[in-house]
Amino acid sequence: MNVEILARIQFAFTIGFHYIYPPLSIGLGLVMVIMEGTYLKTGNKMYEQMTKFFVRIFALIFGIGVATGIVMEFEFGTNWAVYSKYVGDVFGSALAAEGIFAFALESGFLGVLLFGWNKVPPAVHFFATVMVTIGSMFSAVWIVVANSWQQTPAGFHIVGQGLKARAEITDFWAMVFNPSSVARLTHVWLGSFLSGAFLVLSIAAYYLLKKRYVEFSKAAFKIALVVATLSAVAQLFVGHQSADVVAKYQPAKLAALEGHYDGSKPGDLYLMGYVDQKKQETHGLYIPGGLSFLTHGDFKAPITGLNNFKPEDRPGAVNFVFQTYHLMVAIGMFLIAISLYGCFLWWRGKLFDKRWLLIIFSYSVLLPQIANQVGWYSAEVGRQPWVVYGLLRTSKALSQAVSAGSIIFSLILFTWVYLVLLVLFIYLLNKKIKHGPFDEENLDHSPRHIEMADTLG
Amino acid sequence: MATLFGIDYQTWWFLLIGAVFTGYIILDGFDLGAGAVHLFFNKEESRRIALNAIGPVWDGNEVWIVIGGGALFAGFPEVYASLLSAFYIPFMVFLMGIVFRAISIEFRSKEPMLWWRRMWDISYCCSSTLIAFLLGVILGNVTQGINLGPDHVFRGNFTEFLNPYAILTGITTVALLMMHGAIYLVMKTENRLYTKLTIIVKNATIFFVIMILLTSFYTLLYLPHMATAIRKHPELFVVPVMMVLAIANITRQITKRKYLFAFISSSVTISLLMVLVAMELYPNMLISTQGAANNLTVYNASSSQKTLGIMLTVAAIGVPLVVAYTTFVFLTFKGKVELDEMSY
Repeated sequence: MNVEILARIQFAFTIGFHYIYPPLSIGLGLVMVIMEGTYLKTGNKMYEQMTKFFVRIFALIFGIGVATGIVMEFEFGTNWAVYSKYVGDVFGSALAAEGIFAFALESGFLGVLLFGWNKVPPAVHFFATVMVTIGSMFSAVWIVVANSWQQTPAGFHIVGQGLKARAEITDFWAMVFNPSSVARLTHVWLGSFLSGAFLVLSIAAYYLLKKRYVEFSKAAFKIALVVATLSAVAQLFVGHQSADVVAKYQPAKLAALEGHYDGSKPGDLYLMGYVDQKKQETHGLYIPGGLSFLTHGDFKAPITGLNNFKPEDRPGAVNFVFQTYHLMVAIGMFLIAISLYGCFLWWRGKLFDKRWLLIIFSYSVLLPQIANQVGWYSAEVGRQPWVVYGLLRTSKALSQAVSAGSIIFSLILFTWVYLVLLVLFIYLLNKKIKHGPFDEENLDHSPRHIEMADTLG
Repeated sequence: MATLFGIDYQTWWFLLIGAVFTGYIILDGFDLGAGAVHLFFNKEESRRIALNAIGPVWDGNEVWIVIGGGALFAGFPEVYASLLSAFYIPFMVFLMGIVFRAISIEFRSKEPMLWWRRMWDISYCCSSTLIAFLLGVILGNVTQGINLGPDHVFRGNFTEFLNPYAILTGITTVALLMMHGAIYLVMKTENRLYTKLTIIVKNATIFFVIMILLTSFYTLLYLPHMATAIRKHPELFVVPVMMVLAIANITRQITKRKYLFAFISSSVTISLLMVLVAMELYPNMLISTQGAANNLTVYNASSSQKTLGIMLTVAAIGVPLVVAYTTFVFLTFKGKVELDEMSY
C-alpha cells in the first residue's frame, strides 16, 4: 500500500475514534448543566445525585477525548507536513485559538467539576460545570472553522509556488466565517447534543426497564428527552442548510452525495439505493427531481453532475459517499420520529407505559454515534481528491520524510491501543451504569481491599 | 517589518512559544515527575494520595502542550512540519505515552482488584517516565541540530534520534522532573508518606545534579555552537550563574524543609535552562547539520506578519484568562490532599 492510502487510513481511524468522545462531552455537558441548574433552583437532592452520577461518566469520556485529541493536533505535522506548511498560516491560527480559548477553559475547570464538590460553594461548582460545557462547545467552534476552511476556503491568498506554495490570511474574520462555518458548526453542535441526550435516555430507559431508581430515571429521561427532541427537529433544518452550502460551493460533493452523474438533468432525491460507479448509474427508491427542488425550489432545474468534472477532480468513492450520507439522513429521521413520539406520549401522560419504546431508547445511544461518524465520512471523502477544496490535492499534502513502513508501524500501534481502549471504555461505562447512581462508588475502603493493598509493594 | 516595543513579531513569537513550552515543562513537569516516582510508594493508600495530589490539575497542565503545539503550527509552520515529520516514530511513541498516561490515571480507581491497580500503576509510571525522557530527547536533538536538507525536509533516519547526547538530555530531563514532581508531592502530603517523600526528594536531587553536570560538560565539549551567544556577549554569563544558584537553592531549601521555596527554585531552574537554550539557538529554531543555509530560523520559517499580528492579539486576550483560571483552580485545591467519594 502506498503512503497516501496509509496516511489517510491512519488519520481517518484516529479522528474517527477521537470523535466518539467530544460530542458526548458536549452533549452530556449540556444535560449536566440543566440537571445541576435544576438542583440549584429546587434544592432537590435527587438532582444533585443525578449530576454527580453523570459527572462520573463524563470524567471517563472526557479523559479519553483529551488524550486522543492531543494525538490529532500533532498528526498534522507528522503525516501531512506539506499540508501543514501550506495551511499553517490559516489552519494553525484556528488550532492555536482552540487551545488557548477553549481547551484551556474546559480542562481548567474540569478539576473543579470533578473534585470540587466539597471545596467550593454549589453556585461556584455550577459555574465550573457551565464553563466546562462552554469550553467544549468553543472547541467545536475552532475545529469546525478550521475544517470548514478546508471545505470552502475564504479570506486568504496563495504565496509561492509548487512545494513552497502556502495560504496566507488576508482577512481573519472572512476566514473564520467562511461560507460553510456557521451551518456546519450548528450541525456539529446539534449532533453532539443528540449524542449526549441519547446516552442519558438510554441509561434512564435501561433502569426503567429493570425497574431500578424509577423516580430518578424518569426525571433524567424527561430532561434528556427535551434536549433530544429540540436538537433532532432543529437538525432537520440545519442539516438542510448545510447541504445548501455544499450545493453552492462544492457541487462535486453534492453530486456524489446523491450519485448524480448527468449534469443536464434534474437531480433526484434518493431515500435509499446504490451507485454503480462503473456504469455511472444510481439505482434505488427516489423522488424524481427532489434534489433540484430542495436546492433550487424547482423540480425541473438541472443539477451539476459528476460528469461535469474531470475524472481526477471527482471523489473516488462515490458509492461510499452516497451510502454514508443516506445512512446519516435515515438515522436523523428516525431520531426525530422516536423523540417526537416520546413527547406525544408524555403529553398524554403515558411516556413510560410502552415497554417496546423503552427498549428502543435503551439501544438508541448508538444511533447518534453512527450518524456522527458516517456524516463525517461523507463530508471528508466527498471532498476528495482535495485536502483543501480546489487548492491542494490530498496526494500532494503528505510528509516527504515519512515512509510507508513507519506509518504501518504507527497504524498497528494505534489500532491495537485504541481497540484495547474502546473495550475498556465500554466495560467501565457499562459497569458504572449497572452499579447505579446511589451507591458508594469507590470500593477502596472495603476491608478486603485494604488487606490486599498492604501486600502491594 | 512590524514591531511591538521595538521587537519584531517573529522574535515575539519565538519568545512566546518558548514561554508556553517552559510553562508546560514546569506545570505538566511536576505531574509527570509525580508519575515517574509513583512506583516508589508501596501502599495503596499512598498511591491514591499521590495520584489525587495531581488529580484536579494534570489535565489543565496538559493544556500547555496543546497551546504550544498550536502556536508552533500557527507561528512557524515550517518548524512544526519539519520537526514532527522528521521524528515520526519517536513522536508517535510520545503520543501513545500521552494516551496511556491519561487512561491509567482515569481507569486505575475504577476496579478494586490488585492486578488491575498494579497494572495501571506500572503503566502510569512507565508512560510518565517515557514522556519525560522523550521531551528531553527532542530538546537534545533540537539543540544539537538535525539532518535537514535544502528544502527543510529531514534527510536522515529516525534512529538518529537516539544519539548519545539526546539520551543524556533525556535522562537529565527525567531526573529533573522526578525531583520537581517529588517536591510537589511533599507539599501535598503528610505523615509517613511525607517522610518517605523527603528521602525521594533528596535522592532525586542528587540524581539531577549529577546529570546536569554531565550534560553541561558534554555540551561545552561537543556542542560549541551552544555557547556562541555567551562568548559574544559575556554579560549573558549571568544566566548560567543564576541557574547554578537556583539549583544550589533547591538543595538549601530542601535541607530547611521549605518545600514551597524548593518548588519555586526548581521552577526557576527549568525556566533558566530554557532561557539558556533559547538564547543560544536564536534566531535559529531548527539547526541543520548540513550547513547553516538549511537552518530554519524565526525569519524563514514564520507565518505572515498579518497572522503573527492576529495571533499576538489572541495571545494578549487568551493568556491572562488562562493564567486567571489556572490560578483559581490551584487555589481551590491548595493544601494537603484529602480523599473523598469523588477521588480517583
